[in-house]
Amino acid sequence: MPYEDELRALTPAVIAVLVRRGADFASAEDAVQEALVEAVRVRPHDPRGWLITVGWRKFLDAARADTARRRREDQVSAEPLAAAGAEADDTLHLYFLCAHPSLSPASAVALTLRAVGGLSTRQIAQAYLVPEATMAQRISRAKKTIAGVRLNQPGDPATVLRVLYLVFNEGYSGEVDLAAEAIRLTRQVTALTKHEEAAGLLALMLLHHARRAARLGADGSLIPLAVQDRSRWDTRMIAEGVDILQAALARDRLGEYQAQAAIAALHADAFTADETDWVQIVEWYDELVRLTGSPIARLNRAVALGFVDGPVAGLAALADLDPALPRHTAAAAYLHERAGDLGVAARLYADAARAATNPAERDHLTREAARVNRAARE
Amino acid sequence: MAKYLLLKHYRGAPAAVNDVPMDQWTPQEVEAHIGYMAAFADRLRDTGEFVAELALLPEGTFVRSDGQGRPPVTDGPFPETKDLIAGWMMIDVDGYERALELAGELSAAPGKGGEPIHEWLELRPVMGSLPTITD
Repeated sequence: MPYEDELRALTPAVIAVLVRRGADFASAEDAVQEALVEAVRVRPHDPRGWLITVGWRKFLDAARADTARRRREDQVSAEPLAAAGAEADDTLHLYFLCAHPSLSPASAVALTLRAVGGLSTRQIAQAYLVPEATMAQRISRAKKTIAGVRLNQPGDPATVLRVLYLVFNEGYSGEVDLAAEAIRLTRQVTALTKHEEAAGLLALMLLHHARRAARLGADGSLIPLAVQDRSRWDTRMIAEGVDILQAALARDRLGEYQAQAAIAALHADAFTADETDWVQIVEWYDELVRLTGSPIARLNRAVALGFVDGPVAGLAALADLDPALPRHTAAAAYLHERAGDLGVAARLYADAARAATNPAERDHLTREAARVNRAARE
Repeated sequence: MAKYLLLKHYRGAPAAVNDVPMDQWTPQEVEAHIGYMAAFADRLRDTGEFVAELALLPEGTFVRSDGQGRPPVTDGPFPETKDLIAGWMMIDVDGYERALELAGELSAAPGKGGEPIHEWLELRPVMGSLPTITD
């Protein structure tokens, strides 16, 4: 692990120590962020101990500078140090705090990346394409929102996992690899909670991350799963994802992330697209629909069904769903193409391109429309 | 987490409720309007939802290439052109509902007589990034 990542990985534990010593969360977070910046330059041999010492000093300096805080500072300085065993729980509480339901998703994501991810405000702002001042305000308001939340209340792991899922799935790109960051944090949560769904989410992330090199062409164009060069998939990452998933499934407490990971694992298991076990994939989508009732899961199930019972059956399943669902038109285009209705498919691909919500999908669907249109004329 | 563009039109939008040209307002009404707009942007900076804003000059030029080795052809301005953008503000909000709420607030900037203009603003979603998990 690069030294800076090693430092960042210590962030939540160090904040937790400061909070346990009596610092409020917002000040502790600021102090540790400052200490991190210095640590990159100083490169201490014992980064954990160093960050606690320097972070605590920075907290005291800030408290001292603020006359209104002086009395509280005297009080907290006298408090005994934390017992080491309680630290893992404290770190986990920080995750719960940063994903607290009173925060909007955007605020929870920003606070999580800073307070447990140890990223700088500038890096988070750059990743989400907003000015640094905007991100600083978002983080500062998030801290105010949760100021009254007591750190020793147990939280719901589902809220934390939801935030990490968002970081992984909807992260923009900047100098920080948000997908890798989400995996790092989910790994930590999985280790701290031993929760099956945390493991399920970690497996899901690894199985998708493993395909990353094959997913985009050199020009940035989207390469769909069916035609990806599978030799470019990261087999070690797939193996790790499958191991984690199997251990989670064996505990027989199924959840949506485990079900999604199982589908990703079945795709990863096929050497070629033709070898995909679509029967099992449909069964997992059934589980996913049962668990979540999600219309997106129903849509994906319809596409999968198209491989098991043929495109006409897939289209029939699709007909039961709301046409306004994201990717409904693209799915219909694909199934019509496989059914041989090239004219209809080309028109639907063009419609889907117009409805796409990101440039990569729009360009991909535009190319598909052009390709199928030409095939229809030949 | 979604970005939206708020577009203010000089022309091309339906008529505002309080539709009096700005040059017929009193100086105080103009000041009140400008102050409202500045306060709106500051408030979004404070909530962490502000991305950028720019005002555009009314007159533009149409340009097209005219083949290799030849300078681009220009044309316009076309006074009859239906649509004319006055300026834009980009916001980064939790979703469509919040974007609507903010657009409504901006549209209520005071105009003639200190009454809200109730002008029509165009709200356009910005394309996002490609999600990692789609299957």
